[in-house]
Amino acid sequence: MEEGGATKKFLYVNRRAPYGSIYALESLEVVLIGAAFEQDVSLAFIDDGVYQLKKGQSTDGIGMKNFSPTYNALGDYDINKIYVDKDSLEERGLTLDDLMNLTWEDETDNYAEKPSISLVNSEELAALMEQQDVVLSF
Amino acid sequence: MTLHTVNKSPFEANSLETCLRLARSGHNVLLFEDGVYGASKGTRFEALITEAMQKQNCKIHVLLPDFEARGMSTDNIISGIETVDYAGFVDLVTKNERVQSWL
Amino acid sequence: MASIDVNGKSVEVDEEGYLVDLTKWTKEAAEILSAQDELVLTDNHWEVITFLREYYEEYQIAPAVRVLTKAIGKKLGPEKGNSKYLYELFPYGPAKQACRFAGLPKPTGCV
Repeated sequence: MEEGGATKKFLYVNRRAPYGSIYALESLEVVLIGAAFEQDVSLAFIDDGVYQLKKGQSTDGIGMKNFSPTYNALGDYDINKIYVDKDSLEERGLTLDDLMNLTWEDETDNYAEKPSISLVNSEELAALMEQQDVVLSF
Repeated sequence: MTLHTVNKSPFEANSLETCLRLARSGHNVLLFEDGVYGASKGTRFEALITEAMQKQNCKIHVLLPDFEARGMSTDNIISGIETVDYAGFVDLVTKNERVQSWL
Repeated sequence: MASIDVNGKSVEVDEEGYLVDLTKWTKEAAEILSAQDELVLTDNHWEVITFLREYYEEYQIAPAVRVLTKAIGKKLGPEKGNSKYLYELFPYGPAKQACRFAGLPKPTGCV
């Protein structure tokens, strides 16, 4: 990406559960690395991807790194548009309360903590996808 | 006796559905890795699991370390499903005549 | 695998000098790693190293330099939350070099 180039809208679409495959962790790493380019980034969590944001993950028993705390750092990387597909949550018997409370600090509002996650329906998700310059799927 | 193992999320693959369609009375089913999501209450697969236990007389187990890794606690497990640790997994393998893995 | 000697104990480091096992970190290890870069750690260095260790503990990642600078500014004030101050403390790069002393992996996104 060129220095001073136009800002593009990037959407990362996450559809896999964590730990069972490498997609979730790879996506998170790409998001963090990509944040250096200061683009307009949004994340969508659809299908099993919603499980990535499940509260209370504890991987001591499986000998893998618990990377769920890293989602809390996204706000520091200026990534605060996190969209969760409502239908995917519902068919899994989950609600917003089952997800981690991801927040970001609004510097223009005296560092007020604001929620990063928005629940969206199919219409809203489809509209969000249509607004993007680049869609990256994991 | 057969042990069926399922390691894929029921939302991602049809392994759980096919497994439960073909598991016979008295068979054991073990959910592990992403397969553990099938053991959680409130999903659209709960009825299928319950039916397999009640009508087909299948015994369903879930590998607890995999369940807990994914942020679920024992309160979230459909009643009737038994939790096992790694030693319990091994016991299931040894006490069954064959293992059918639904990959 | 390369290693450093910390009070008679061998601690493994990777080819770039980062600790292989972050649980093996001690203050002495930080001092040995900084001495290799001909740097004497002052309270100002320790402030940053401690901050990085706390950040890793909470989020399981080493922050990118932009994130570190912003967070230090918020915690320790604007006179410390700027590149000039941090580069003076850690001339090889505040994220890369300070993370190495802090026993953390190389920050995600640094090459």
